[in-house]
Amino acid sequence: MSEYLFYPGCSMESSAKAYEASLEAVCKPLGISLKEIEDWNCCGATEYLSLDVTPAYSLIARNLALAEQQAEGTKTLMAACSACYLNLSKADHYMSEDQAFGKKINEALSAGGLHYDPGELIIRHLLDIIVNDIGLDKVKEKVVKPLTGLRVASYIGCMVPRPDYNHHSSDHEYPFELDDLLKALGAEVIDFPLKTACCGGHMTQIGPDTAFELIRRLISSAEQYKADVLVALCPMCQMNLDAFQGQMNGYFHTNYHMPILFFTQLMGVAFGEKPQNLGFGSEFVSAHEAMMRIGVQTPLPETPKPAPKKPSGLPMPPPRAKAGQKVTTGNEEATE
Amino acid sequence: MTEPVIVNDPPSAGPVTHEDLALLHEVALLTPGESRLEMCIQCGTCGGSCPSASAMDHTPRAIFAMLRAGMRKDVMKSNTPWMCVSCYYCTVRCPQEIHITDVMYTLKNMSLRENKFSNSTAPDFSRTFINLVETYGRSFEIGLAGVHNIKHFALRLPNMFPMAMGMLTKKGMSPLPPKRIKGMGQLKKILKRAKELEAE
Repeated sequence: MSEYLFYPGCSMESSAKAYEASLEAVCKPLGISLKEIEDWNCCGATEYLSLDVTPAYSLIARNLALAEQQAEGTKTLMAACSACYLNLSKADHYMSEDQAFGKKINEALSAGGLHYDPGELIIRHLLDIIVNDIGLDKVKEKVVKPLTGLRVASYIGCMVPRPDYNHHSSDHEYPFELDDLLKALGAEVIDFPLKTACCGGHMTQIGPDTAFELIRRLISSAEQYKADVLVALCPMCQMNLDAFQGQMNGYFHTNYHMPILFFTQLMGVAFGEKPQNLGFGSEFVSAHEAMMRIGVQTPLPETPKPAPKKPSGLPMPPPRAKAGQKVTTGNEEATE
Repeated sequence: MTEPVIVNDPPSAGPVTHEDLALLHEVALLTPGESRLEMCIQCGTCGGSCPSASAMDHTPRAIFAMLRAGMRKDVMKSNTPWMCVSCYYCTVRCPQEIHITDVMYTLKNMSLRENKFSNSTAPDFSRTFINLVETYGRSFEIGLAGVHNIKHFALRLPNMFPMAMGMLTKKGMSPLPPKRIKGMGQLKKILKRAKELEAE
C-alpha cells in the first residue's frame, strides 16, 4: 500500500462526484491509500488570486499547514483537481523561492496558530502518481475488461502540465502520461492535437462567447478524429466541456455529441467495476451509446419527450427528407 | 550625405524617463517571486499563444509595453488581465521566462484597488466566489452560478435552466450551501491578518 495525503477540493464533493466515486473505486485495486486532510478549505481557484495576494496565498497555505501537521510517514500531498493541484504547488513554490513572501504568509497563518515550512511537502497530481509511482505494469495487471475498440481523446488541460513548478509532467504542451495510461487500459488513443488547450476556465461565467469558442475547438477536434469519448482529469474541464456543450451547440448552431468522462471512470470500467459505482449517468452528454460500443452497459440517459408542437396557423408543405434521414413533423404522436 | 531622419514620438507618448519605469517596477514588486517582467523583449509570443487574446483590448505584449511607458491609467482600465484564463501557455513559451500569468493577477489586484476597470462582470465573479469561501470555507458552485448569472446574464437565464436542472438531478448537486468547515474561526483570523499584511 502506498499512502498519500489527499486534498479533494470542493468540486469533488459537488459537481464532480463521479470523479470522487471512480477515484475511490480505482485506488483499492492499485494499492493507493488516501488520507484526506482533515478540515481542509477551498483553494480559492483562480478567483482569490485575482483579488488579493497575501489573503489568497494564506487561504491555500492553511491547507499546506494542516497537511504538514497531519502527515505521518508520507510527505506527498495528492490533488486530483488541476486547479487545486496548481494552487497548492504555487503557494509552496513561491513561499520557498521568495523567503520574505514565505515569512509574510506564515505570519498570517500564525494568527490561526498554524505554520508551514516551505518545501516540506511534495505536491503531486493523481495522474502523475498513478503513472509514475504505481506504474503502468501494475495498471495492466489489473485490467480485466480491456477497452478495446473505444476511441479516446485524452485531454489534460492547462494546469497540470503548466507551469509545472516541480517538473512532474513530461512536457508543457504535449505530455504523454494520460495517453500511455489509456493505452494500458486497451483503449485506442487518438493523437489529440489540443490535449493541453484551454477549456475556457471561468470564462463560461464571465465571457461566455469566448468560452463557447474554446469549448467548440476542443469538441470539434475530438470529433474530427472520430473519438468516441473525451477523457478529462479536472472537474472544471469536465464541467465546461460537458455541461456547457449544449449551450455551445446552441450558440454555434452545431450538433456535437461528445461524452466527457473522467479518466478514473474508464480505469474503473477496465478494472471490472460496475459502471453504476463509477458515476456513469451523471454526465450531461450521455456516454451510454459510446460505452455500449464496447459492450459496457451504463445507465440510460433520460430522454425527455419533446413537447408536442402546436399546429401552426398556415398549412405548410411537409419538410423534405434528406437521404437517410427520418423526418419528424411533431404531430406523429397524435397519429400513431 | 543626407541628414538622418529624426522621427519624433507622438507627443502623448513622450520620452521614457526614469520616473516612468516606476510603474513597471511597482508591478514586478507586487508579484510574488521573481516576475522577470523587466526582461520583456516585445516578441509577442504571449499574445500569439493566448486563447482569449481575441477578447482582449490589448495583447499581453502591448500591456508590457504600456507598463514600460508608464501608461498607468490605460493599463488599469484594460480588460486584458480580466480576460486571462490562466492557461499558462504564455508563461511556458515566453523566451524570457516572464511569469506572465502571475503578472496578470497582479494587474487585476491593482485595477481593483484603483477602481478603473469599468466592466464589473469578472471582478464580481471573483468577489462572489470569495465571499462564499469566506463564509463557508468551501466554494458553493450552485450558489455562485445562481447569484452571478442573475446579476450579470439575466437574459441568458432561460438557456441555463436545463443545465441548472441537470446539476441538481443528474449530478446530484445540493442546492443548499456546503457545511461550514470546523476551523472557520481559525480561517477568518488568518484571512484577517493576511488582509492587514496586504494593506501594509
